[in-house]
Amino acid sequence: MSTVAFATITILTLAAALAVATLQKLMHAALSFAVMFLGISALFFLLGAEFVGLVQIFVYIGAVAVLIVFTILLTRHDTERVRGFNWSGVVVALAVFAGLIWAMESTKSLLIGPPQIQPLTVQRIGELLMTSYVWPLLCIGVLLTAALIGALILVLEEKRE
Amino acid sequence: MTLSIVLVVSAALFCIGLLAALSRRHAIFILIGIEMMLAAANINFIAFWRFAPQPAQPTGVMIAIFAIAIAAAEAAVGLAMVITVYRHFRTTNVDQLNQLKG
Amino acid sequence: MNFWITNNVWLIPATPIVAALLILGFGKRTRLIAAVVAVLGQVVALTMSIFAFLPTLHAHGFRTVEDFTWFNFGDQQLRIGFVLDPLAAAMLLMITFVGLCIFVFSIGYMGKDKNFSRFFAYLSFFSGAMLGVIVANSLLLLFVFWELVGLASYLLIGFWIERPSAAAAAKKAFITTRIGDMGFFLGILWIYHKSGTLLFYEAGHGCLENVEVLGASATFIALLIFCGAVGKSGQFPLHVWLPDAMEGPTPVSALIHAATMVAAGVFLVARVYPIFSVGAINGITPSLTVVVWIGVVTGLMAALIAVAQCDIKRILAYSTVSQLGLMMVSLGVGGVAAGIMHLLAHGFFKALLFLGAGSVIHGLHHEQDIRKMGGLRKLMPITFATYAIGMMALSGVPFFFSGGWTKEEILQTTSHWPASRAPYYLLMFGVVLTALYMTRQIIYVFLGNRRAASEQAHESPGVMTLPLIVLAACAIALSIVLTPAWPWLEDYLTGHAAKFDASLLIQLTLLVSFVLVGIGVGLGVWMYRRAGETDPLQTKQPALFRFLENKMWIDEIYDRTVIALSALMARVSDWMDRHVWDGLVRGVGAIGQIVATLTTDADEGVINAGVDETTDGARGLGRVMSRLHSGQIQIYLGAVALGMLALLLFYAWLT
Repeated sequence: MSTVAFATITILTLAAALAVATLQKLMHAALSFAVMFLGISALFFLLGAEFVGLVQIFVYIGAVAVLIVFTILLTRHDTERVRGFNWSGVVVALAVFAGLIWAMESTKSLLIGPPQIQPLTVQRIGELLMTSYVWPLLCIGVLLTAALIGALILVLEEKRE
Repeated sequence: MTLSIVLVVSAALFCIGLLAALSRRHAIFILIGIEMMLAAANINFIAFWRFAPQPAQPTGVMIAIFAIAIAAAEAAVGLAMVITVYRHFRTTNVDQLNQLKG
Repeated sequence: MNFWITNNVWLIPATPIVAALLILGFGKRTRLIAAVVAVLGQVVALTMSIFAFLPTLHAHGFRTVEDFTWFNFGDQQLRIGFVLDPLAAAMLLMITFVGLCIFVFSIGYMGKDKNFSRFFAYLSFFSGAMLGVIVANSLLLLFVFWELVGLASYLLIGFWIERPSAAAAAKKAFITTRIGDMGFFLGILWIYHKSGTLLFYEAGHGCLENVEVLGASATFIALLIFCGAVGKSGQFPLHVWLPDAMEGPTPVSALIHAATMVAAGVFLVARVYPIFSVGAINGITPSLTVVVWIGVVTGLMAALIAVAQCDIKRILAYSTVSQLGLMMVSLGVGGVAAGIMHLLAHGFFKALLFLGAGSVIHGLHHEQDIRKMGGLRKLMPITFATYAIGMMALSGVPFFFSGGWTKEEILQTTSHWPASRAPYYLLMFGVVLTALYMTRQIIYVFLGNRRAASEQAHESPGVMTLPLIVLAACAIALSIVLTPAWPWLEDYLTGHAAKFDASLLIQLTLLVSFVLVGIGVGLGVWMYRRAGETDPLQTKQPALFRFLENKMWIDEIYDRTVIALSALMARVSDWMDRHVWDGLVRGVGAIGQIVATLTTDADEGVINAGVDETTDGARGLGRVMSRLHSGQIQIYLGAVALGMLALLLFYAWLT
């Protein structure tokens, strides 16, 4: 059962990803981008990390994809289509893919099935965040603040002129 | 569903993200590609957490959460920069954004 | 009695040298100062010599020696010193006295010369150096003074520096005596090597006291030292400088080439006589035989040449050479005292003759050819009288003239030489010749009719005639001292007691020499009684006359052989220097140039090119590498991806 679901989700995600990489129209690519993240989120659900999947939806689709759409809208010029496709990139990507696959294939210990786990509750995650991972949490807080302020400065300065 | 299959999927996503970053001329697509690569890495982390021998640490999940946060912050700043660059150079074609040429 | 001077005998040569320095320093301003200082120096030296002489009269075999160390080298010392013995004392007296007479004469003779002060400085310097030769107790010190005497002679012969003939004569004198001095110096080295000391007398260790240590090398050493004497005393074959030395002023000729410097050679042989007589068999050694024969040859040859000379001073010069040969013969046959006695007497009358010739020259306004003189007897009476006395002394007229006794003494000693009678007969012939040429000279110059230059003749001033009179008186007075009846001087010199023996006045050899002199004078009167502008001998025997007049062509032979050889060697050396050595030097320089060129080419072609290639490569590499910095983000990203892949593969390959 899960295999079918897995296969479907995988195909969907990969298709959307390819669409992002190859679509000519920017808006279409952006929307495919959102769909791809939906697929990834589903994959997370399948793998048992529900919280992460939900966070993924909130953050990526709700924030990042929207941001990207906004940026596309803000940086339009006359021609919506950006022409030009760099074929050397394909070569590099394929090479990297080949390398990764080869690395994985030569590792024997990866052919394992999913073990039984205890589901990771949100409460548990929250506990961990506040105890073991409190330092990273604070750092993330600082980082996000810095990013916020930085982005504002980057964008605001232009406006003052 | 084996670990290797999941890893293959994540590898594929990673490479597609790389493809997007390398082959499109629009500046935003580089950011999109980077986001995709980050997401693929997240899948990797979650997969390894899931298939880890029990009893397992929830380290994979925590990292994935933090990675998402970082990705979001980076996307925000990156997009702000794209906007700034666009305002200055009136173009988003990375081929024309080569002032740092050595 | 001992005077203080006997222990400080070095003061005697020092005084005239100090006088010379004073004249050079201060005397240039007035002639008076120069003359006074010079004469005063000589008077002081004479006084000291008298005081040095007196103690030697009393003790037989008197000898004081003052030695001191000159310097040390390593653990060896160089000792020199001064000696005072009868030989030295007698010579000191003669030299200072004759020198004083000549100094006084020079005041008149050189009165109009503009280099008056320089002349007296040189004269004093010469006097001091000659006195140094006499009192030296070391062969080295003697050699030093010997060379100084040669230097003074050079300065004085070439005194009239504006005359090229004078300069050439001075050079000839110096070089010819130098050749002799080379032998002398080799002898000094040899004797130092053999006997370890150069001091003559040193309480038994001196080289003259210890002659047996020389062994067989004594002959060679003696002959080498004799070389110096041959040069200085003008013996054959180094006699050629003496006649040319007449280019100097006449007082110089009188002092140096009659009385003193030429006597130094004879004195030297007398001084180192013990070396000559090592291993004597019957009083004969090989070195002494050589001395005798050279003396004989010189005496005869010079006398023959003198017969055909027409310059008044040249006749006297050759006469000096001849007399020196006579003295050498005397020393060689064993008559050391006789030879020295003749040396002393000769000093007086030869100086007298030269000064007389100078008076004649001065009176005739520097005319020197005797064929242009004549009849001066009445015009210059004092000069004539004193000159006649000198001539008779030289010819050997006995009884009243010192030269007669000493010459007779020499003949007597020579007749007793065991080796051969030949020198005796040859010397007899020499006596005849001496009388002959002196008679010729007197007839030509003073007697007969007046010829060309005699018209303006006048007697010389008193300052010049006074020394003539004094010397003439001495020539006569010495005859008393030198008579064989009272061989005081001979015994004084040899250290034996003297006794008066009147019977010795009349001897066979005395009669023989009387006869010889008579023959010579008579022959001269007969040949030259009607002497005219041309020499009678020249008209009767032109070839012989020309041969003798040209000094037996010896100078020309030397010119063609020795001088030509040295000129050739000089030319060869010059050629070698210019082409061979210079070529070598230039060759080395060329090597340097080749090396330099090679280095330059290597530097430019190889090294520079290499450096250029390297820099081009670096530049090319840089150009290539800079393309990586394209400024395009996607290229960067692609590079990162590929790099990551490479790392991955590398990691996989590692594990």
